[in-house]
Amino acid sequence: MNAVSDVSSHAIARARWRPAEIAFWMLALSCAFLFPSRYLIMTDILRLALFTLSLDLILGYAGIVSLGHAAFFGVGAYSAGLMALHGIINEPVIALVVAGLIAMVLGFLTSFLVIRGVDLTRLMVTLGIALLLEALAERFSNITGGTDGLQGIEMQPILGMFAFDMFGKTGFFYSLIVLFLLFLLARRIVNSPFGLSLRAIKNNPLRASAIGVPVNRRLIAIYTVAAFYAGIAGALFTQTTALASLDVFAFERSADLMLVLVIGGTGYLYGGLIGAVVFKMLQELFQTITPQYWLFWIGLVLVVIVLVGRDRMHRWALWLPNLIIRQIAGRKAVVAVPESDAP
Amino acid sequence: MTTLFTILFDGVAYGMLLFVLACGLAVTLGLMNFVNLAHGAFAMAGGYICAVLVNNSGWPFFAALPLAFVTAAAIGVLLERTLYRHLYTRSHLDQVLFTIGLTFMSVAAVDYIMGSSRIFIKLPAALEGQFDFFGVGIGRYRLMIIVICGLLTVALQLILSKTRFGSRLRAAVDDPRVASGLGINVPQVFAFTFAFGCGLAGLGGALSAEILGLDPYFPLKFMIYFLIVVTVGGSSSITGPFLASLLLGIGDVAGKYYVPKMGPFVIYTIMIVILIWRPNGLFGRAAAR
Repeated sequence: MNAVSDVSSHAIARARWRPAEIAFWMLALSCAFLFPSRYLIMTDILRLALFTLSLDLILGYAGIVSLGHAAFFGVGAYSAGLMALHGIINEPVIALVVAGLIAMVLGFLTSFLVIRGVDLTRLMVTLGIALLLEALAERFSNITGGTDGLQGIEMQPILGMFAFDMFGKTGFFYSLIVLFLLFLLARRIVNSPFGLSLRAIKNNPLRASAIGVPVNRRLIAIYTVAAFYAGIAGALFTQTTALASLDVFAFERSADLMLVLVIGGTGYLYGGLIGAVVFKMLQELFQTITPQYWLFWIGLVLVVIVLVGRDRMHRWALWLPNLIIRQIAGRKAVVAVPESDAP
Repeated sequence: MTTLFTILFDGVAYGMLLFVLACGLAVTLGLMNFVNLAHGAFAMAGGYICAVLVNNSGWPFFAALPLAFVTAAAIGVLLERTLYRHLYTRSHLDQVLFTIGLTFMSVAAVDYIMGSSRIFIKLPAALEGQFDFFGVGIGRYRLMIIVICGLLTVALQLILSKTRFGSRLRAAVDDPRVASGLGINVPQVFAFTFAFGCGLAGLGGALSAEILGLDPYFPLKFMIYFLIVVTVGGSSSITGPFLASLLLGIGDVAGKYYVPKMGPFVIYTIMIVILIWRPNGLFGRAAAR
């Protein structure tokens, strides 16, 4: 009895909003007014952040390593594009949700493949599904536009009121609101008993099933939710850029996504958001040094991160903020080091 | 009927090639439980070494093949000793990230040095063209691949089952702690095996330039094929990946011939069906780690 109340009070304490989190979102909102000429790149960051949030749900919380998360992104992107192109659903918000739901159905169906077998099989099945969809999109180029992509997507105003402008201001606020709402949902999910059971599964599936957690059903559920998130991210991509081409399924997209999440850190939701900002800045930097070969630098960053060790890297990154907090507030660090996912 | 035999022949050649390319991965991934997605990079290294030697330095093709093997193995052992060996005990996520990073670096580096277009290796005249065998067109080059890869497979099987090194390797894989207690130098055995696997990949890369095409994106394009061979084949023996390679090769060639519009669709579908049916691979051990 005591242990149960311990767990629940701990969970409630974790779920409380901390000042740092509120400051984070205020900062994100203030960016809109600080850099009014950079809406396009900031929208790009928000989309990437949402996509990474989706990977964090399955990788950081459930421990599923996926090499083909772009599959759901691509399905969302093409669904939104086709709906707008053929005028099936003109209203962007409804189209966004529908695109997410389509990706979610795909996620549900493929989750049965993913939960079977060990890490290696998962890697291959996820990668295989993304490649399969890419091959399909290429095969049915009369629908998807093949390598040229969908052309001539015209987006209608959001809720019939806010038209997309060429500076991307509407797109930015639209993306920020979507990201914030979905973040709230994700935060609710991971702090619920359901989220706790996911952590238990990640730490030790055998033990989790021994205490009565239905491992497979939980994994299917979170994989489906993550597919929904990725689908929304893809749909946002199409809606804000009026573009959808074959590269939404590309392997590089899934691999970049892992890098983003690893830079930010897994298992505390903000990792994806912080990682997206850092990744885009790195990308800008590398592209100015060597426009053609930035793949090399991305690879180098991955190798260095793994060799240094993800935990150690995050401790270094948090050293300065912690020092300041300790000096000013005179207490122990409030910025927690993200959970490691050692085997 | 003759087309059927031609497809079968081409498929077997293709499958044999995939086996030589992927069997190193079967050892690192299946036996040592290390996810090495950069395996294709070693194959690409071998292919480019062979191409440079034959095209630029005028070496004969058959002299360049062993050198492709040796160079790829040398690169392999260098990386194993300096980088990979720190990662054996890390989580799969770390291994995936690290090897994807290596793959990206190799792709960009080869693109920078050799250019992004496809490379062809000049073949000796004896290997070009094809001859008729009871009405079935047999490509000379493909026949050579079947002979070389067939011999290699037999040799590998014999090494694994008959020699002292083979039994050491199997012992080290089954239980590294007990094996080192018996006086087997486990890291050395792993390093040697890793290097040998990379060398085979390099040889496969050199042989495959003609059939699969060699360009800087080779490691990414064929990553899924190598993974299919290993996961479908399972890891208990060398026979599993071998049969899986043949199945994959014949399936791919037949799929491209009979339903060309579906492209690689056939292979992925076969793979997914097999993995639903047997999650640990066709010939896998019941309890994979």
